[in-house]
Amino acid sequence: MKKELIQDAELVSNYINGNENALSILIERHKQKIYSFIYSKVYDRDVTEDVFQDTFIKVIRTLKRGKYNEEGKFLPWVMRIAHNLVIDHFRKNKRMPKFDNTGEFSIFSVLSDSSLNAEKTIIKNQVESDVRRIIEELPEDQKQVLLMRMYQDMSFKEISERTGVSINTALGRMRYALINMRKVIEQNNIILTN
Amino acid sequence: MAKIYSNASPKNINLNPKDETISYLLNYSKALSVINYNKLKFEALLN
Repeated sequence: MKKELIQDAELVSNYINGNENALSILIERHKQKIYSFIYSKVYDRDVTEDVFQDTFIKVIRTLKRGKYNEEGKFLPWVMRIAHNLVIDHFRKNKRMPKFDNTGEFSIFSVLSDSSLNAEKTIIKNQVESDVRRIIEELPEDQKQVLLMRMYQDMSFKEISERTGVSINTALGRMRYALINMRKVIEQNNIILTN
Repeated sequence: MAKIYSNASPKNINLNPKDETISYLLNYSKALSVINYNKLKFEALLN
Protein backbone atom coordinates (compact mmCIF):
# COMPACT_ATOMS: atom_id res chain seq x y z
CA MET A 1 0.00 0.00 0.00
CA LYS A 2 2.83 2.31 0.77
CA LYS A 3 4.07 2.04 -2.79
CA GLU A 4 0.77 3.39 -4.08
CA LEU A 5 1.20 6.48 -1.95
CA ILE A 6 4.20 7.60 -3.91
CA GLN A 7 2.92 9.70 -6.78
CA ASP A 8 3.93 8.97 -10.35
CA ALA A 9 5.55 12.39 -10.60
CA GLU A 10 7.77 11.62 -7.65
CA LEU A 11 8.72 8.23 -9.03
CA VAL A 12 9.57 9.81 -12.38
CA SER A 13 11.77 12.38 -10.72
CA ASN A 14 13.43 9.67 -8.58
CA TYR A 15 14.07 7.67 -11.73
CA ILE A 16 15.59 10.65 -13.51
CA ASN A 17 17.85 11.09 -10.49
CA GLY A 18 19.11 7.55 -10.88
CA ASN A 19 16.75 5.39 -8.87
CA GLU A 20 16.20 2.40 -11.18
CA ASN A 21 13.73 0.87 -8.76
CA ALA A 22 11.32 3.73 -9.42
CA LEU A 23 10.96 2.57 -13.03
CA SER A 24 10.15 -0.92 -11.91
CA ILE A 25 7.35 0.44 -9.68
CA LEU A 26 6.01 2.59 -12.53
CA ILE A 27 5.94 -0.33 -14.96
CA GLU A 28 4.39 -2.62 -12.38
CA ARG A 29 1.73 -0.03 -11.60
CA HIS A 30 0.68 0.73 -15.17
CA LYS A 31 1.64 -2.35 -17.19
CA GLN A 32 -1.82 -3.88 -17.25
CA LYS A 33 -3.57 -0.71 -18.45
CA ILE A 34 -1.00 -0.02 -21.15
CA TYR A 35 -0.78 -3.63 -22.29
CA SER A 36 -4.58 -3.98 -22.46
CA PHE A 37 -4.85 -0.71 -24.35
CA ILE A 38 -2.39 -1.92 -26.99
CA TYR A 39 -4.04 -5.32 -27.19
CA SER A 40 -7.45 -3.73 -27.69
CA LYS A 41 -6.06 -2.14 -30.87
CA VAL A 42 -3.91 -4.84 -32.39
CA TYR A 43 -5.49 -8.10 -31.14
CA ASP A 44 -2.23 -9.98 -31.33
CA ARG A 45 -0.21 -10.98 -28.30
CA ASP A 46 3.16 -10.90 -30.03
CA VAL A 47 2.58 -7.50 -31.60
CA THR A 48 1.28 -6.22 -28.27
CA GLU A 49 4.42 -7.42 -26.57
CA ASP A 50 6.57 -5.65 -29.18
CA VAL A 51 4.65 -2.39 -29.01
CA PHE A 52 4.66 -2.50 -25.20
CA GLN A 53 8.40 -2.96 -25.19
CA ASP A 54 8.99 -0.19 -27.74
CA THR A 55 6.75 2.12 -25.74
CA PHE A 56 8.83 1.73 -22.61
CA ILE A 57 12.10 1.95 -24.50
CA LYS A 58 10.90 5.34 -25.72
CA VAL A 59 9.83 6.28 -22.19
CA ILE A 60 13.22 5.28 -20.76
CA ARG A 61 15.17 7.16 -23.43
CA THR A 62 13.08 10.29 -23.06
CA LEU A 63 13.38 10.28 -19.29
CA LYS A 64 17.13 9.59 -19.33
CA ARG A 65 17.70 12.35 -21.85
CA GLY A 66 15.87 14.72 -19.53
CA LYS A 67 13.32 15.62 -22.18
CA TYR A 68 10.26 14.79 -20.13
CA ASN A 69 8.38 17.70 -18.70
CA GLU A 70 5.92 17.07 -15.98
CA GLU A 71 3.12 19.05 -17.57
CA GLY A 72 0.58 16.32 -17.83
CA LYS A 73 0.40 13.04 -16.09
CA PHE A 74 2.75 10.14 -16.58
CA LEU A 75 0.17 7.53 -17.62
CA PRO A 76 -1.56 9.64 -20.32
CA TRP A 77 1.88 10.46 -21.71
CA VAL A 78 2.84 6.78 -21.92
CA MET A 79 -0.58 5.99 -23.43
CA ARG A 80 0.03 8.62 -26.10
CA ILE A 81 3.38 7.03 -26.98
CA ALA A 82 1.75 3.58 -27.14
CA HIS A 83 -1.04 4.98 -29.31
CA ASN A 84 1.46 6.50 -31.75
CA LEU A 85 3.40 3.25 -31.93
CA VAL A 86 0.20 1.32 -32.65
CA ILE A 87 -0.47 3.72 -35.54
CA ASP A 88 3.11 3.21 -36.75
CA HIS A 89 2.55 -0.52 -36.60
CA PHE A 90 -0.55 -0.35 -38.79
CA ARG A 91 1.15 2.02 -41.23
CA LYS A 92 4.06 -0.34 -41.56
CA ASN A 93 1.73 -3.30 -42.06
CA LYS A 94 -0.15 -1.45 -44.77
CA ARG A 95 3.06 -0.90 -46.68
CA MET A 96 4.26 -4.40 -46.03
CA PRO A 97 1.21 -6.59 -45.38
CA LYS A 98 1.88 -9.55 -43.19
CA PHE A 99 0.99 -12.74 -45.00
CA ASP A 100 -1.48 -14.64 -42.94
CA ASN A 101 -0.50 -18.23 -43.51
CA THR A 102 -3.68 -19.81 -42.26
CA GLY A 103 -5.50 -20.64 -45.48
CA GLU A 104 -5.11 -23.74 -47.60
CA PHE A 105 -2.74 -22.04 -49.96
CA SER A 106 0.70 -21.61 -48.59
CA ILE A 107 2.86 -18.96 -50.17
CA PHE A 108 5.93 -20.92 -49.11
CA SER A 109 5.02 -23.76 -51.45
CA VAL A 110 5.55 -21.36 -54.33
CA LEU A 111 8.46 -19.32 -53.06
CA SER A 112 11.73 -21.00 -52.52
CA ASP A 113 15.05 -19.90 -51.24
CA SER A 114 17.63 -20.86 -53.80
CA SER A 115 20.61 -19.92 -51.66
CA LEU A 116 22.28 -22.79 -49.89
CA ASN A 117 21.83 -23.21 -46.19
CA ALA A 118 24.71 -23.90 -43.84
CA GLU A 119 24.45 -27.68 -44.15
CA LYS A 120 24.31 -27.63 -47.95
CA THR A 121 27.23 -25.22 -48.12
CA ILE A 122 29.34 -27.62 -46.05
CA ILE A 123 28.31 -30.56 -48.27
CA LYS A 124 29.10 -28.54 -51.40
CA ASN A 125 32.57 -27.70 -50.11
CA GLN A 126 33.11 -31.34 -49.17
CA VAL A 127 32.08 -32.55 -52.62
CA GLU A 128 34.33 -30.00 -54.31
CA SER A 129 37.30 -30.97 -52.20
CA ASP A 130 36.64 -34.70 -52.91
CA VAL A 131 36.57 -33.99 -56.65
CA ARG A 132 39.85 -32.08 -56.40
CA ARG A 133 41.48 -34.99 -54.56
CA ILE A 134 40.30 -37.45 -57.21
CA ILE A 135 41.68 -35.21 -59.95
CA GLU A 136 45.05 -35.22 -58.17
CA GLU A 137 45.10 -39.01 -58.55
CA LEU A 138 44.91 -38.85 -62.36
CA PRO A 139 47.95 -39.33 -64.61
CA GLU A 140 49.59 -35.99 -65.34
CA ASP A 141 48.56 -35.74 -69.05
CA GLN A 142 44.89 -36.47 -68.31
CA LYS A 143 44.88 -34.16 -65.30
CA GLN A 144 46.29 -31.33 -67.41
CA VAL A 145 43.57 -31.64 -70.07
CA LEU A 146 40.78 -31.94 -67.52
CA LEU A 147 41.91 -28.88 -65.54
CA MET A 148 42.19 -26.78 -68.68
CA ARG A 149 38.78 -27.89 -69.94
CA MET A 150 36.75 -27.78 -66.72
CA TYR A 151 38.44 -25.17 -64.55
CA GLN A 152 39.94 -22.84 -67.13
CA ASP A 153 37.09 -23.28 -69.61
CA MET A 154 39.42 -23.71 -72.57
CA SER A 155 38.30 -25.27 -75.86
CA PHE A 156 39.90 -28.52 -77.05
CA LYS A 157 41.53 -26.53 -79.84
CA GLU A 158 43.19 -24.24 -77.32
CA ILE A 159 44.17 -27.22 -75.18
CA SER A 160 45.78 -28.98 -78.15
CA GLU A 161 47.71 -25.82 -78.99
CA ARG A 162 48.86 -25.33 -75.41
CA THR A 163 49.89 -28.95 -74.81
CA GLY A 164 51.28 -29.56 -78.27
CA VAL A 165 49.13 -32.60 -79.04
CA SER A 166 46.38 -33.10 -81.59
CA ILE A 167 42.76 -32.31 -80.79
CA ASN A 168 41.94 -36.01 -80.94
CA THR A 169 44.61 -36.82 -78.39
CA ALA A 170 43.30 -34.08 -76.10
CA LEU A 171 39.76 -35.46 -76.49
CA GLY A 172 41.01 -38.96 -75.74
CA ARG A 173 42.84 -37.80 -72.60
CA MET A 174 39.70 -36.07 -71.42
CA ARG A 175 37.69 -39.23 -72.02
CA TYR A 176 40.16 -41.38 -70.09
CA ALA A 177 40.33 -38.78 -67.31
CA LEU A 178 36.56 -39.06 -66.83
CA ILE A 179 36.60 -42.86 -67.07
CA ASN A 180 39.38 -43.04 -64.47
CA MET A 181 37.62 -40.62 -62.16
CA ARG A 182 34.41 -42.67 -62.35
CA LYS A 183 36.43 -45.77 -61.57
CA VAL A 184 37.97 -44.20 -58.47
CA ILE A 185 34.57 -42.93 -57.33
CA GLU A 186 32.99 -46.36 -57.73
CA GLN A 187 35.84 -48.21 -56.09
CA ASN A 188 35.83 -45.95 -53.03
CA ASN A 189 32.06 -45.51 -52.83
CA ILE A 190 32.41 -41.75 -52.87
CA ILE A 191 29.13 -39.89 -52.91
CA LEU A 192 29.29 -36.67 -54.86
CA THR A 193 25.77 -35.34 -54.61
CA ASN A 194 24.35 -32.52 -52.63
CA MET B 1 -33.89 -16.49 -31.80
CA ALA B 2 -31.54 -14.78 -34.17
CA LYS B 3 -28.13 -16.27 -34.28
CA ILE B 4 -25.25 -14.06 -33.44
CA TYR B 5 -22.47 -14.58 -35.88
CA SER B 6 -20.05 -12.03 -34.58
CA ASN B 7 -16.98 -13.30 -32.84
CA ALA B 8 -17.15 -13.54 -29.13
CA SER B 9 -14.80 -11.07 -27.60
CA PRO B 10 -11.87 -12.65 -25.87
CA LYS B 11 -12.50 -12.79 -22.19
CA ASN B 12 -10.67 -13.78 -19.08
CA ILE B 13 -7.31 -13.54 -20.69
CA ASN B 14 -4.54 -12.34 -18.58
CA LEU B 15 -3.53 -9.13 -20.22
CA ASN B 16 -0.14 -8.59 -18.78
CA PRO B 17 3.20 -8.40 -20.52
CA LYS B 18 5.57 -11.33 -20.21
CA ASP B 19 8.05 -11.28 -17.36
CA GLU B 20 10.86 -11.40 -19.91
CA THR B 21 9.66 -8.17 -21.47
CA ILE B 22 9.62 -6.40 -18.11
CA SER B 23 13.02 -7.75 -17.19
CA TYR B 24 14.38 -6.74 -20.60
CA LEU B 25 13.12 -3.19 -20.07
CA LEU B 26 14.60 -2.93 -16.57
CA ASN B 27 17.93 -4.21 -17.82
CA TYR B 28 17.81 -1.88 -20.81
CA SER B 29 17.20 1.01 -18.44
CA LYS B 30 20.14 0.00 -16.25
CA ALA B 31 22.43 -0.38 -19.25
CA LEU B 32 21.49 2.89 -20.93
CA SER B 33 23.44 5.90 -19.94
CA VAL B 34 23.14 9.31 -21.51
CA ILE B 35 26.33 11.29 -21.69
CA ASN B 36 26.04 15.05 -21.86
CA TYR B 37 28.72 16.80 -23.80
CA ASN B 38 28.27 20.53 -24.22
CA LYS B 39 24.81 20.66 -25.73
CA LEU B 40 24.97 17.21 -27.25
CA LYS B 41 23.56 14.09 -25.70
CA PHE B 42 25.07 10.70 -26.43
CA GLU B 43 23.46 7.42 -25.58
CA ALA B 44 25.60 4.53 -24.53
CA LEU B 45 24.43 0.99 -23.88
CA LEU B 46 26.76 -0.56 -21.37
CA ASN B 47 26.27 -4.19 -20.67
